[in-house]
Amino acid sequence: MTETAMSRADMMTSRVEARSKAVRRLAGGDALFRNLTFAAAIIVLLILGGTIGSLIQGSLPAFKAFGFGFFVTDVWNPSDDKFGAGAAIYGTIVTSFIAMLIAVPVGLGIAIFLTELCPPALRRPIGVAIELLAGIPSIIYGVWGLFVFAPFLQQYVQPGLIAAFANVPGLNALFAGPPFGIGVLTASLILAIMVLPFVTSISRDVFNTVPPMLKESAYGVGCTTWEVVSSIVIPYTRVGVIGGCMLALGRALGETMAVTFVIGNAHDISASILAPGTTISATIANEFTEADGVLYTSSLIALGLILFMITFVVLAFARLMLMRLEGKAGK
Amino acid sequence: MASIYPARRRRNSMWMSLSVAAAAFGLTWLFLILAVLFWKGLAGISPDVFTQMTPPPGSPGGGLLNAIAGSLIMTVIGVAVGAPLGMLAGTYLAEYGKHSRLAFVVRFINDILLSAPSIVIGLFVYEIIVAPMGHFSGFAGAVALAILVIPVVVRTTEDMLNLVPNTLREAGAALGMPRSTVIQRIAYRAARAGLVTGVLLATARVSGETAPLLFTALNNQFWSWNFNQPISSLPVVIFQFALSPYKDWQQLAWTGALIITLAILALSVTARTLSATKRGEA
Repeated sequence: MTETAMSRADMMTSRVEARSKAVRRLAGGDALFRNLTFAAAIIVLLILGGTIGSLIQGSLPAFKAFGFGFFVTDVWNPSDDKFGAGAAIYGTIVTSFIAMLIAVPVGLGIAIFLTELCPPALRRPIGVAIELLAGIPSIIYGVWGLFVFAPFLQQYVQPGLIAAFANVPGLNALFAGPPFGIGVLTASLILAIMVLPFVTSISRDVFNTVPPMLKESAYGVGCTTWEVVSSIVIPYTRVGVIGGCMLALGRALGETMAVTFVIGNAHDISASILAPGTTISATIANEFTEADGVLYTSSLIALGLILFMITFVVLAFARLMLMRLEGKAGK
Repeated sequence: MASIYPARRRRNSMWMSLSVAAAAFGLTWLFLILAVLFWKGLAGISPDVFTQMTPPPGSPGGGLLNAIAGSLIMTVIGVAVGAPLGMLAGTYLAEYGKHSRLAFVVRFINDILLSAPSIVIGLFVYEIIVAPMGHFSGFAGAVALAILVIPVVVRTTEDMLNLVPNTLREAGAALGMPRSTVIQRIAYRAARAGLVTGVLLATARVSGETAPLLFTALNNQFWSWNFNQPISSLPVVIFQFALSPYKDWQQLAWTGALIITLAILALSVTARTLSATKRGEA
């Protein structure tokens, strides 16, 4: 009797021990997994920190040699070791500006078409097509631009532009010079076509956050489609639309391959948008592997740093805007 | 009152026809590009493209075998390294951190990395790997691609895990499962289709990337299994060949462009149908 009681007690303690051992093992695995995920999250921060840090370190020689003048001079002369980012920064901003000028209205137009006018049967196919097009790599747009679009512009569009504005003061400087085909305008147009799917799909998603009841009430009191769009949909989603456009702008600023093919890679700031120019990303893509000498490489890395800073600010602003919209939708 | 009505209708039809025109205009360009791509690309499709090496300048014939293989190898390694890291980080954001300040910062930074210029990532990898090693290598190219994969996978993993109902997790916890087991055995399984979709989309994104490979993996005219040496990739070959004056190279560039586009479209369509059928079941 006592013996069985003893062994039962033994069994109990051994069971409790085994149990606590299993719990410890599981707790260990639990902590390990948690720490793994935590470390992976930190890696995301390290990538950003590492990128900024290594770019700053790499660009120090250029900033030391040229000081603040690096940002504003447009001299780019590898044989004399004289470098300035002026032309590249100018080209980046001008091409992105013209691209947004075209892509935003057209993209918003398509988004309005998709959300308000499109027959429901077509809505999904067109939406999916646009999302697939957003996934096409930019080098495809570049190849197309080089072989198809630039010759087309050179032959049919640019001579017309030059002739049409030849006698208009102001505009004649903008559309001056021989039609090269490649140049700032061509690059801007390719960029516009490239960011169009982004603008469209973001604005469509943003337009879809408008509560149907708001729109139905407006239709109910007799508003036309345009009145619903202009006084309900757009005011309600303004923050999100601006955020989406900034996001597309961030893409356009950093876009490399689509631009590199057709910009002409000339480090000049010219008034004419038909003239060849360059952008930050095109300069890096074209010249980095051929750059010899510390100062040349360092100047290119400094260009990369400037580009990263510009896009960082634009994208951060875009995210803050979109977050505000999400907060509103959550309420 | 009656006089306002026609004006409103006119204005409405004007704006709406502008919107339809915008849609027609935009879609025309986009489909025009695809049409030209197929037209020019299909002209050069032949068995040689998949069995021959890239030709030397000016000589006819040749294919894209080494470029296709190089792209495949670097993409596979980039995704194999980047996707698990991205999934773990996404798991932290969705399951552990969720409302913590760190998670907020990581989420924000990740969203910025998601659309940061890929050429800058190329410069970063050049600074940390190519410059210290002293030469370009396929290894550096794969690292650059892995860095580009991470933000995409982080984002989709977090979104997909957020879709898993909390009652499932609570049921697991009520059985005495530790949290990591709940995540691995319940949350991952419930979100499996979505997670795979994310990885596929990330693969589609990096397989067309050119800019970060230009000065990490560089290019190689020959077959190379040596990961410590430059490796050619389809996008970089397209870049080089398209800008060359040789007709044969330009034709190969078009064909390569078509191959990449088809591969990416196939990946995206697979990803989409995968997530669509899963949603249909639920």
